[in-house]
Amino acid sequence: MSSTEKSEKSEKSEKRATQKLRELAISETGFVFDPYTGATFTVNAAGKVILEALRAGAGREAVAEALRGRFDVHGEDLERDVDEFFHLLRQHGLVGEETAL
Amino acid sequence: MSERPLTIAVTALNATDNPGPGVAVARALRAEPGLCGRLVGLAYDCLDPGVYTRDLCDDVYVIPYPSQGLVALEARLREIHAATPLDVIIPNVDAELPSFIRLAEPGGLLERLGIGTFLPTAALLELRSKAKLEALGEAAAIATPRTRVIGAVEDLYTIDREVPYPFWVKGVYYGAKRARGVDEAVAAFHAMVAQWGLPVIVQAGVVGEEIDIVAVGDGAGGMIGAVPMKKTVLTDKGKAWAGITIRDPELLEIAARFFAATRWRGPCEIELLRDQDGVHQLLEVNPRFPAWCYLSAGAGQNLPAAVARLAAGRAVAPMREFTVGTMFVRIALDQISTLEELQAITTSGELHHPREGADPKEAR
Repeated sequence: MSSTEKSEKSEKSEKRATQKLRELAISETGFVFDPYTGATFTVNAAGKVILEALRAGAGREAVAEALRGRFDVHGEDLERDVDEFFHLLRQHGLVGEETAL
Repeated sequence: MSERPLTIAVTALNATDNPGPGVAVARALRAEPGLCGRLVGLAYDCLDPGVYTRDLCDDVYVIPYPSQGLVALEARLREIHAATPLDVIIPNVDAELPSFIRLAEPGGLLERLGIGTFLPTAALLELRSKAKLEALGEAAAIATPRTRVIGAVEDLYTIDREVPYPFWVKGVYYGAKRARGVDEAVAAFHAMVAQWGLPVIVQAGVVGEEIDIVAVGDGAGGMIGAVPMKKTVLTDKGKAWAGITIRDPELLEIAARFFAATRWRGPCEIELLRDQDGVHQLLEVNPRFPAWCYLSAGAGQNLPAAVARLAAGRAVAPMREFTVGTMFVRIALDQISTLEELQAITTSGELHHPREGADPKEAR
């Protein structure tokens, strides 16, 4: 695959992930439905804050800031948890492979 | 002005663990207000579970198996129509479609009796056969897994140069076995030939999520409606036991391209697999409603009702809206019946379920 093809594919995947994230149905109780794939998930309060921040266009730092504002969390634990959650979102195609987080 | 209720016959009442679609089609027809006058079940076996659905079918008749030939089917349909005049028949079994298509041709029995159908032509039926999947994919610009049609077992010894292991060995009409090497491929080949005859289809083993679309084509290249579903629970035969409607515009575009390329007429089930790169690969097109088609009615697009109206020569506007996230979860229930009912269907080949509140003169 040429670098142009790779870049086009990556751009398509980013767009699709952004669209999917925007269209997620998230209930008050943290039940999440992805209308594109039919997959359902449950997230805790912190996961819900992350999803809502991402849907509002937040990057990794802003997501961490939103969590600090809502929960009593600090330092490396927070960074690691955010990274792990982003990894899960990537696996489900809700953030693109190349997204700078 | 309200429409005249139709007398509609449906086949495939074998609602077993690998269910025929007839009971689901009947439920969808019953769910459409004002559509059905009488609903007639056409069964191949006296113990088909749909025979005993008192709340669905008013009348049930046993019909001859497709293997008994066209003349036997023709004679039986004449008898049934004389007893219960039919407006529409919706056939739901792959193997019976060639017979019903023949009978629905201009000048054929169904036309002479004034019974409407909404079916593909014989040429369309052949076009979507497994052996022609790649050509269909090319014509409709839909990706397909690499597929080869095999006429002799010797071909399998070199096939992996074109289709790498693991791949699927498929029967020409039904059935699929996964082969991880030549020994398994040869065994699968013989099993398929023994059951379904030649040729056998070898199809690349693509990994991904299974997605099915129930859809209806208008016969002129347009789409009446389509509802995509992601399987969420599978049986050991790979059949959907639960599923959920999903929204992915690409899936509806695929269905629309299929109809535009083929000018498909009637219902179908488009089976796809979304591979790891997000590409939708066409696995198969079934030329009839799937057993889960009641979901279309539940999600707001009653496609069996649309087909009944089209078969009766009524206009149906294209449907595009449906409720995303509508689920179905199948259930196995024990129906209670009586010896009298079994006796009636076994000895006379017919059974009638008078509905509560129905005019006793109408009840047979």
